[in-house]
Amino acid sequence: MARAAVLGRLTWRVGTVRAVRDETPTARTLVLDVPGWPGHEAGQHVDVRLTAADGYTAVRSYSLANAPDADRVELTVQQVPDGEVSPYLTQALAVGDPLEIRGPVGGWFVWRPGQPEPVQLVAGGSGIVPLMAMVRAHGTSGGRAPMRLLYSVRDPASALYRAELADRAASDGGPEVTYAYTRAAPPGWPRTPGRIDADLLAAATWPPEAGPSCYVCGPTGFVERVADLLVAAGHEPTRIRTERFGPSGGSP
Amino acid sequence: MNTETPAHLDGNAAAGALREVFAVDLTTAAGRCENCGRTVVLAEARLYTRAPGLVGRCPGCEAVLFRVVRGPDRTWLDLRGLTCIEVSLPDA
Ligand SMILES: Cc1cc2nc3c(=O)[nH]c(=O)nc-3n(C[C@H](O)[C@H](O)[C@H](O)COP(=O)(O)OP(=O)(O)OC[C@H]3O[C@@H](n4cnc5c(N)ncnc54)[C@H](O)[C@@H]3O)c2cc1C
Ligand SMILES: [Zn+2]
Repeated sequence: MARAAVLGRLTWRVGTVRAVRDETPTARTLVLDVPGWPGHEAGQHVDVRLTAADGYTAVRSYSLANAPDADRVELTVQQVPDGEVSPYLTQALAVGDPLEIRGPVGGWFVWRPGQPEPVQLVAGGSGIVPLMAMVRAHGTSGGRAPMRLLYSVRDPASALYRAELADRAASDGGPEVTYAYTRAAPPGWPRTPGRIDADLLAAATWPPEAGPSCYVCGPTGFVERVADLLVAAGHEPTRIRTERFGPSGGSP
Repeated sequence: MNTETPAHLDGNAAAGALREVFAVDLTTAAGRCENCGRTVVLAEARLYTRAPGLVGRCPGCEAVLFRVVRGPDRTWLDLRGLTCIEVSLPDA
């Protein structure tokens, strides 16, 4: 998709759930067929609209999880307890059901396989979703830019895409993946559970001298903390792009 | 952390609401803040979603840059805090 191509008016489309995939006990991926889908870039999102019988609507944003160039749309939704929209998407929606979406939108928080500079991804919780699209785009495009991912999760069981990330990390030219556990780490893990701090950042991410583009995504509090740490470490603020997913709901 | 400030999103999250009105992706456009003169990529505005509609504020001075409110069959757009917007439009 061209960066600033003049586009037609954005309207709602009805997609159909082709498959669902459980990622963790509280998160799942929806695979949608969306007639006329124009394709997307890694990092873009869609708006999802639910309409109640009385006409009341709720709109939320969800990142596109799959690599571009596919004829389908994949969203991974983490259930937020007491949420209006996410419990419906993670529990009620079934194969064959319709779902209204519009997009792709948001051309700022994107990574393009042609970008030559090193890439630093930092994810908190479900903030991995748009970064996973970048990891997947990197893999399918045979991207040369070296990529690192620092992924903060509460405990091993709440990490999304764990098996796929391990496979990709093991493959030639794949991303280097480091986990940060905030509540409980796997047995024998060298670091006491806790939030990402300056030391971990220095150990697991590109130094500013490498000139990486940094993409930080997760709950608002997480994104702000990590962006501040990156700036304090010497990264240029203009090289740091952020995507805030909303209230923290506990640190991932 | 500053508890006075309610949690905000990024202007990027207003991309869908703005793309209903504009034929280009306005979130990648650069706007000038009328209040402090700073140039802001609209995706990097601080987006508050608890007001009616969406309110984008300047990351430098917190002045309101834009507001978008969607109602039945219409959108109301207020660009009060932007003196100009520069959109990349390669000649087709
Ligand atoms: C650009 C963008 C992309 C996003 N992509 C994804 C994605 O790929 N996957 C995904 O699961 N979510 C994503 N989100 C978050 C998503 O849009 C919703 O905010 C989230 O699913 C909660 O919606 P809800 O209706 O269930 O909860 P609501 O009814 O809106 O809120 C219920 C309660 O949960 C709190 N809450 C709201 N949002 C969050 C949140 N994100 N995390 C924790 N607590 C919250 C609220 O303060 C409230 O107390 C994205 C958000 C943005 C702005
Ligand atoms: Zn300003």
